[in-house]
Amino acid sequence: MHWDVVWNNFDYFLWGAYPKGPLGGLAMSILMALGGIFGAFWLGLLIGVCRLSKRVWLRAPAMVYIEIIRGTPLLMVIFWFYFLAPVIMGKSLPDWQSAIIALIVFTSAYIAEIVRAGVLSLPKGQMEAARGSGLSHAQTMIHIILPQALFNMIPSFVNQFVSLTKDTSLAYIIGVSELTKTATQVNSRTMKAPFEIFITVAALYFVVCFVLTELSRRLETKINRYQARGR
Amino acid sequence: MAYQFDWELVVSGQYGDWIVDGLITTLQISGISIGLSLVLGTMACIMRLSKLKPLEWIAWTYIEFFRNTPLLVQIFFWYFGSYTVLPDSVNAWLNTVNQEFACGVIALTFYTGAFIAEDLRSGIFAIPKTQLEASRACGLSFMQAMGYVILPQAFRIIIPPLISQFLNLIKNSSLVMTIGVADLTYMARQIEAHAFHGLEAFTVATLIYLSISLVVSFSIQQYNMRVLRAAR
Repeated sequence: MHWDVVWNNFDYFLWGAYPKGPLGGLAMSILMALGGIFGAFWLGLLIGVCRLSKRVWLRAPAMVYIEIIRGTPLLMVIFWFYFLAPVIMGKSLPDWQSAIIALIVFTSAYIAEIVRAGVLSLPKGQMEAARGSGLSHAQTMIHIILPQALFNMIPSFVNQFVSLTKDTSLAYIIGVSELTKTATQVNSRTMKAPFEIFITVAALYFVVCFVLTELSRRLETKINRYQARGR
Repeated sequence: MAYQFDWELVVSGQYGDWIVDGLITTLQISGISIGLSLVLGTMACIMRLSKLKPLEWIAWTYIEFFRNTPLLVQIFFWYFGSYTVLPDSVNAWLNTVNQEFACGVIALTFYTGAFIAEDLRSGIFAIPKTQLEASRACGLSFMQAMGYVILPQAFRIIIPPLISQFLNLIKNSSLVMTIGVADLTYMARQIEAHAFHGLEAFTVATLIYLSISLVVSFSIQQYNMRVLRAAR
């Protein structure tokens, strides 16, 4: 066993060559996940609301978008943006940027479905009462429906964030220096401790994801209890 | 310079054959992994519910660890890291078969098995507890009650989430290209590197993945509608 390899490179796993070089490792993975969930939340919210619209020209494109993205492997989406960006924009984006765009586009389709499920699970009377009080459809959505739906969906968003954190590992394939990439770098440089390295990296991901999964379970029971009291 | 699209190139001739070969590999690795992960997931779920502390603990660790780590890291672990801890006989066997393919199957099976175990557990919880109590009172052992009474009902409940797990597995199988399994994604990447026509190759590969997903989810919808109508 060569645990010293892991020990000597542990800071590299955590934040890459920073501060002497570019940021990488687990810090990069988490930053990408945070950027990804932020972008995917707003895009997914927009698409989810469009998907619920009564107007077919809003609903149909949203549905097609969701179905296409959900039927495609993330790796394909990443390759798409990696190879498409130079064709469209005439120059290539930095790797981490095209990876984040791909993660946002991919995750937004799943967020849209969460938003949709959240809105549909509210009692119909909410919408009718708000419209009956004279609010427009858009006002009802913004002030009445979405705040409740999004609150109920917090655990699902946390779960989606966990998936996204795991998905950032795919950025390795286009060369972004996140946790998985640093692991393969150290592995090819040292050549003697693949087992120890990959167990350690898996454990690092596990700590982040498991803590968040537990948080989402706690939140779910809390929100359920809160709702049971309200009724 | 504007990009010149050449669709002929990727759907016919040598590159067309590559795509077909890749699709066959994807379907093979997915099919085998689906079967194995179903078995592993069921076993893990029964262990988790067995009330025997050591078994329960092993199953819990397995499920939580494999659900909360990225599949890509797991693939690398099995491919690069596992040989130092696996018994020699297993390593010898891995050398005789297609090692990349075998490691891909192992990784996909363990990853998806953990998700299936959790789906199955929620399916079992949906069945009234009295079912198990009644079967135990009739003299069936725990395993018999599970096998003949509980699991057949639970599996019927979890068909929709199970199918979406299988679809996830097919999509996730694209990751095995990283260890050199020549699946659909690998072939698309290969065409990109050879002919510089990546966009066409990725379009074709995406369309294939997409049609697999759409066909399966459409059939499930039809099945659900028929079952619901029958239940009414």
